[in-house]
Amino acid sequence: MTKPAAVPKNPKPKVAFYWCASCGGCEETVLDLDERVLDVVAAVDIVFWPVALDFKRHDVEALPDGSILAAFVNGAVRTTEQEEMAHLLRKKAKVLVALGSCAQLGGIAGLANLSSREGILQSSYCESPSTVNAEKVFPQTLYKENGYSVSLPGLFETVCSLDQVVDVDYYLPGCPPTPKLLWDAVHVLLGGELPPKGTVLAPDRALCEECPRKDTRPEKLTLKEFKRPQDAVIDEATCVLAQGVVCLGPATRSGCEALCPQGNMPCTGCFGPTSRVRDYGAKALSAISSIIDSNDPEEIEKIVHTVPDPVGTFYRYSLPASLLRRKKIDEALKTK
Amino acid sequence: MSNPESLVAIQNSFEPKIVAFFCNWCTYLAADLAGTSRIKYAPNIRVIRTMCSGRVDPQFVLEAFARGADGVLIGGCHPGDCHYQEGNYKTLRRVRMLRRVLREMGIEDERFRLEWISASEAERLKVAVNDMVEKIRALGPLRLEIKAEHFPEEVAA
Repeated sequence: MTKPAAVPKNPKPKVAFYWCASCGGCEETVLDLDERVLDVVAAVDIVFWPVALDFKRHDVEALPDGSILAAFVNGAVRTTEQEEMAHLLRKKAKVLVALGSCAQLGGIAGLANLSSREGILQSSYCESPSTVNAEKVFPQTLYKENGYSVSLPGLFETVCSLDQVVDVDYYLPGCPPTPKLLWDAVHVLLGGELPPKGTVLAPDRALCEECPRKDTRPEKLTLKEFKRPQDAVIDEATCVLAQGVVCLGPATRSGCEALCPQGNMPCTGCFGPTSRVRDYGAKALSAISSIIDSNDPEEIEKIVHTVPDPVGTFYRYSLPASLLRRKKIDEALKTK
Repeated sequence: MSNPESLVAIQNSFEPKIVAFFCNWCTYLAADLAGTSRIKYAPNIRVIRTMCSGRVDPQFVLEAFARGADGVLIGGCHPGDCHYQEGNYKTLRRVRMLRRVLREMGIEDERFRLEWISASEAERLKVAVNDMVEKIRALGPLRLEIKAEHFPEEVAA
């Protein structure tokens, strides 16, 4: 009698990574685990990771539903393909983690919601100075020639965060999340004692709390002018906001260990809101405009205009997850 | 909707919905006074009383628009008269910044208004509300269309 092939008693849990509309920075986070990535690989089986491994979509489709312990998906959702992959991974994974600002809040890619799809295509395929497209060829979702057909994913009018498309269990904030947060998250998931659904796996306090410059923040902080970082010489030791540079630390979740202030740059808000805030941009706007040092309407108007791009400043990472989500569509079509 | 006659019909029957955040110490009392003095103004505002116009978080304004308001009106105490010293100044600063965000999001200036109305100025309240209603009526409904639910139809284009 032959013995059946040895089946490991506890097969390693399966983990998948996927990227939607993202820059690849979140993939860097995984690599930035350095040698610890070997520990991760020792503890789990990576069954899907398009940026690094040669598994295909049909390999994921072949897995039983719910057989992946955790799928880490980064990037916003803006094409039909990304939407399909989000649904597929949701079905196959027990736990779906939105990795990074784009998946959590829509991210930089979400600023496309200030334009229309038509305007974006026009600008990218016709109007940009480096484009020559006299025949006005645009990408087609389906193209047929000589009995063959090829297809491309379709582009949505509105960029979405991951949880606007599928149910998401946990969020790892950041652009990108720090390796430490990812490492901690992997440990939490492997440990089996899962936090409540919907938890953002980072401390629930404002960034100022962990900023090394916090003691230099004045009791009453008021400003006559907002400066952009390129227009200011930022002192390396004192509170960045107190120096007049728009720093969104007061409105932003901590967990990055104040990387930007430590690099002598203001916080731009990539970790998003704390749990008590619904709309990050509105709250950041509220915090920053309240400290304007004037009671005179005209002077206030002048100071307000020293922030040249309010939506890009306050909603840099979170426009799709905001209450308004996008520029009103008929207005977007007008302006392209 | 593409039928021009039905569009005209919609515009004629359109009643703007306006969410009004009124400070407890001034504009809310002005609205009270308008009632007791039998001053009539357009019935299009839904008043929410706050303890100070400074309590009006920009999130409240955005949520009102997101949930279908055609306009948002904030009523606070005249400069220098704030019950809490400088709550209304904070409102003014936030409103000026928020207006720029709304503009960029395609929401017209007439839909978002800040008025200083003291407890005795029922007439001023009437004028402000009526004026706002007429301006929004002329603009038409806000129609913030969020198309995320309609992925398949969208891509068909």
